[in-house]
Amino acid sequence: MTFSPELEAKFADLVTHYPEGRQRAALIPMLMFGQDEIGSVTQEMMEELGRRLELSTMQVDEVVGYYSMLHKKPMGKFHVQVCTNVACMLRGGAELYDHACHKLGLGHKEVSADGRISLEEVECIGACSWAPAIQVNYDFHHEVSTDQLDTILEGLEK
Amino acid sequence: MALVNVTINGVSVQAENGALLIEVAKQNGIEIPAFCYYEGMSLQAACRMCLVEVEKAPKLMAGCTLPVAEGMVVRTESEPVVKARKTTLEFLLSNHPLDCPVCDKGGECELQDMTFKYGVGESRFTEAKQHVPEKQWSPVVFYDAPRCILCYRCVRVCNEGMGVGALGVSNRGVYSEIIPSHGDHLECDECGSCIDICPVGSLTSGTYRYKTRPWEMEHVGTVCTHCSNGCKTTLGVRNNEIVRGNNRDRSGINGEFLCVKGRYAFDFNHHPERLQTPLIRNAAGELEEASWSRALKLVAEKFKALAGPKFGVIGSTRTTNEENFLLQKFARTTLGTANIDHHRSGDVVALVDSLSGKTGQLGTVEDIYTAKAVLVVATDLSQQHPLLANKVRANFRHHKAAVYAVTPGPVREDKIARKFIRAAEGESIAAVEQLREDLTKAGDLVILFGDSIQGDKVRQLVAFGESLGIPVKYVCLVDYANSRGAMDMGVLPDLGPGYHATAPGLNLQQMLEATDLAALWVVGANPLKGGKTLASKGAFVVVQDLFLTETAQRADVVLPAGSAYEKNGTVTNVCGQVQRIKKGIETVGSKADLAIIGLLARGMGVSLGAVDADTIFAEIAATVPGYGQLPMPIILTGGAAQTHPVNGRVPASTVPGNISSSRDTLFTTGSLTRYSKILNEVLEKPGALYS
Amino acid sequence: MKQFNEPSPLETRIISFRFGLENSASIDTYLAHDGYKALRKALEMTPDDVINEVKASNLRGRGGAGFPTGLKWSFVPRASEKPKYIVVNADESEPGTCKDRLLIQNDPHQLIEGVLLGAIAVGAKKGWIYIRGEYNYLIAIMDKAIAEAYKSGFLGKNICGSEFEFDLYTHTGAGAYECGEESALLESLEGKRGVPRIRPPFPAISGAFQAPTLLNNVETFCSVPAILRMGGAAYSDLGVPKSGGTRMVCMSGHVNKPGVYEVPLGFPMMKFVNEIGGGIWKGRQLKAIIPGGSSSPLLTAEECDIPMDYDSIAKAGSMLGSGGLMVMDETTDMVKLALRIMRFYQHESCGWCIPCREGTTWLKKMLQRVTDGHGQTRDIDLIGDLAANMLGRTFCPLGDAAAMPTIAIVKKYRNEFEAYVAKNPFAVSDLVSIS
Repeated sequence: MTFSPELEAKFADLVTHYPEGRQRAALIPMLMFGQDEIGSVTQEMMEELGRRLELSTMQVDEVVGYYSMLHKKPMGKFHVQVCTNVACMLRGGAELYDHACHKLGLGHKEVSADGRISLEEVECIGACSWAPAIQVNYDFHHEVSTDQLDTILEGLEK
Repeated sequence: MALVNVTINGVSVQAENGALLIEVAKQNGIEIPAFCYYEGMSLQAACRMCLVEVEKAPKLMAGCTLPVAEGMVVRTESEPVVKARKTTLEFLLSNHPLDCPVCDKGGECELQDMTFKYGVGESRFTEAKQHVPEKQWSPVVFYDAPRCILCYRCVRVCNEGMGVGALGVSNRGVYSEIIPSHGDHLECDECGSCIDICPVGSLTSGTYRYKTRPWEMEHVGTVCTHCSNGCKTTLGVRNNEIVRGNNRDRSGINGEFLCVKGRYAFDFNHHPERLQTPLIRNAAGELEEASWSRALKLVAEKFKALAGPKFGVIGSTRTTNEENFLLQKFARTTLGTANIDHHRSGDVVALVDSLSGKTGQLGTVEDIYTAKAVLVVATDLSQQHPLLANKVRANFRHHKAAVYAVTPGPVREDKIARKFIRAAEGESIAAVEQLREDLTKAGDLVILFGDSIQGDKVRQLVAFGESLGIPVKYVCLVDYANSRGAMDMGVLPDLGPGYHATAPGLNLQQMLEATDLAALWVVGANPLKGGKTLASKGAFVVVQDLFLTETAQRADVVLPAGSAYEKNGTVTNVCGQVQRIKKGIETVGSKADLAIIGLLARGMGVSLGAVDADTIFAEIAATVPGYGQLPMPIILTGGAAQTHPVNGRVPASTVPGNISSSRDTLFTTGSLTRYSKILNEVLEKPGALYS
Repeated sequence: MKQFNEPSPLETRIISFRFGLENSASIDTYLAHDGYKALRKALEMTPDDVINEVKASNLRGRGGAGFPTGLKWSFVPRASEKPKYIVVNADESEPGTCKDRLLIQNDPHQLIEGVLLGAIAVGAKKGWIYIRGEYNYLIAIMDKAIAEAYKSGFLGKNICGSEFEFDLYTHTGAGAYECGEESALLESLEGKRGVPRIRPPFPAISGAFQAPTLLNNVETFCSVPAILRMGGAAYSDLGVPKSGGTRMVCMSGHVNKPGVYEVPLGFPMMKFVNEIGGGIWKGRQLKAIIPGGSSSPLLTAEECDIPMDYDSIAKAGSMLGSGGLMVMDETTDMVKLALRIMRFYQHESCGWCIPCREGTTWLKKMLQRVTDGHGQTRDIDLIGDLAANMLGRTFCPLGDAAAMPTIAIVKKYRNEFEAYVAKNPFAVSDLVSIS
């Protein structure tokens, strides 16, 4: 399989960042960026990246299963991640997550029927001093009240 | 290596500086328990069972990764250590399902043993355990993730030990699971090493599951009857059925190694098509069941009448040395014929001749593991000689041996070779010459070569080896469990036992092509396999075998023979190492080939003396050059002893084209493995060589 | 880019002073504010002199472990057959911590300069900044700064016209707290599962790609330019003995002005909370503080009147750690806190070793059961006992990080656990243990 020309160019550059013969180091960045483009880590992608980096598909699978942000099952177009770890919990993160569950009618790692939105309860995303915080895909939103969450969700493109 | 003084539990011991504490303790009779530490494989320090107290260390240290140093003071049974072991086991058991009543491993489970020895008596865990369903990855391999203790032995044995790498680990934390090569199933050598190395019942065998408890079996240590490597296999026998084979007692030349054939393909032994009654061709031309007495009487009469130079004998590559020795003696003296041969798969004769005047240059299995360099010529070791391939790889892993491969196609050794050269068969010698410079620096060398190196090519290869100026040993690769023994015992048309010249007769090819053979006696062989025909349409053919093979279907009389698992005797492996096989089981109606020969002799009114394995072996030891000084205690206790064949010129008599390997694969051995259910069930196709 | 909190006049901004400047991330702004001066100075020094300056500064690792940085730098062997590397730990996943993010976002060139100083000190020629997957937006910012640095001759060959050369790249993680552990980070950098390595050998000897590697936290590297500019002794004097300089502390939780503030080591914790943080919100009372990220045991209000330096907090039974200071008022449910903390470690446990993978799971299940109202009296002691059985037994410090906070919470707030158990109608106070 091939990726978009931009991503192919990025990959071609990426493998030059590592010492000779150690191109396996490009695997996790390639999986992340590949997932950003394709939507999830597909079997095809695992086989393709394995081929390019001289790894068996199983070796790629070993890595994919370890990292929280790599998903074999596609998440929604907008993946809403609500942190409920300590600092966010202290500022209402658990209630915010509950609110999100009810508002979206989704549970942890569930995707809406139209594939547009998914929800995940996540661990600390590094916004503790501006809690409670969420991410929608990679975008941070800080000091999110339940009302603000509603606004954010409504504001997501249809 | 410098020695240091270490104190363990108050006792001062000496050890090599930098040796691992767990091994030093073991050498001094102190057990430090461990699941993930496994001799010969990479270190993990994952299970934390080996934590011990080391003076001046701020916390308990893992004994499996701690190198000893001068003055180190260690306590392995102090209160903190005992508590650590108890509680680590408690953690492990918190998720481990209480499957002991139904788990195959019960009774030989390391977790059970450890818990008895070091664990707590009460379970404080009252939560729900993690559970996922069991998975089947191949006809042979089942994986039960809840039972898995994540010691990663299976991953390492497959990757490091076997060089296959078909197992990995995915997910994270307590959800971690072993994963197979192809997502939901395995495509691998199906050797079962992962199952045997698993300390618990997480990986279980598809052929053994739920059949029995280990203490209900009788364990018989014998030698695998498939390829020529001579792996020891311990058969588990229950109610006269072989239920499993493994080598967990690590005896023999193979340690724990067994391939799929050694571990699982014993099941040909009780295939429903096993011959259990003699067959005689009746007037209508059909094979009809007959009694032993009637069949033996007929054959004895015919043999007596037809004895002489028109009598042909084709011996076996898997019958014992005793059977082979007796057969050729019977043929030459009683039947008065020199037409005796077997399916030759390697030119051992040329090798022995080339080494005339030299001693100690035939390599053993151990030599392959310890040599500083190994050269593999014109063979696919992983397919045909799995134990030897395993030893080469272990030598590379443990000692960084220099491995070289000269083969027509890619082989697994390429991955560990310093250099590999692709050379068509016939051009191997020229290619080997390219490695001269590398090899002269090697220190010492073992050369293994396949069947395309025969006749003069053997001499050229040996000349090459001898010109390197370093010690070189050679292994002439042959196919079957007693191929080497058949040669050593003189199942050859012009060489007697120990390679002394005899009056020549017809070789196997010539026997098949002759039009005037009066009789042909085929013992444990299938020369008419693959559509070959016997030109002598009128010959009286007698076949002794396990199954109604193509050759048996041409026979006038078929005598049901016992398998290697059903008799006592000795066999000689590819390296010339003799081992004892032990009877573990019996198939009613069949007789050992040795017994059949004795009965035929008696029927002909000839006395062969006592026809039993021990007596004949004594005769072999007394009369066959090379088998004379075998250390009997080693053989009798299940070890392997190397023979030292005649040291002198051997007349070459090979008819070109007479030596050829069957090119068996991991999943085939001659005719036997057709009848192995498990080999026929596995998904992997018997690989073409070099693929 | 907006920085996320108003600065406080009580801060001492040594590494965060460029935050809030117009285009603070650009090289022009950097150069206009002492940028790359330390680099030029270091190019005239010997590697040993650079290391000695860092030693004199008493800078200690800002990621969590607090290991003396100068000493760590001296571990990388001078001579090596293999090339030497720099790796920046920007995995920042310790709950309560959000400072490295700001340093990269607002002042990426400072990090570049810190890396270059490390490279000069140990003789490295290539380096990677390992950025946690969730901080994806920082990759573009960092890459842009790196490109600017190459263009201006601060990266690549002949840096500042000298013989010194260095190549720097960003590298993304994919969501794993354990990859903040330095050897697990290296495994992840190499494209594998983030499982820690057997140590020794340590990264200084066998690190990235099995070559000698200098690996430090973002903030640690960011502190070195200032050290070189003002001199190690002067930097050290900003703090207290054995804890030199200043550090970013991330205040979060029940305060009026949560935020990331840079203060000298030794700054009093209560002053930090009350005067910089504006005190406890909603007119409530302080109950407890977690001083250095969730891995550090909490301190009760009575225990918090201490200076914020490595040794003082260690003496109080906790850690300065990653500087993630989380403040809790009297409404905080300590049992739920214990549960949430254990859920985190259980989720992040890599699974390699038995005590951590099984221990965190067992503890999480127990704590869940207690908070669900099905706890037994014996559970309270069992929680403490199991946590103690993980301590010091695991392959990496994650096990300790899960165990120590749990032990502290059970010990200091046992009454709250008892209250939960009391609400269980099926609680049996005299469950007998057979042991």
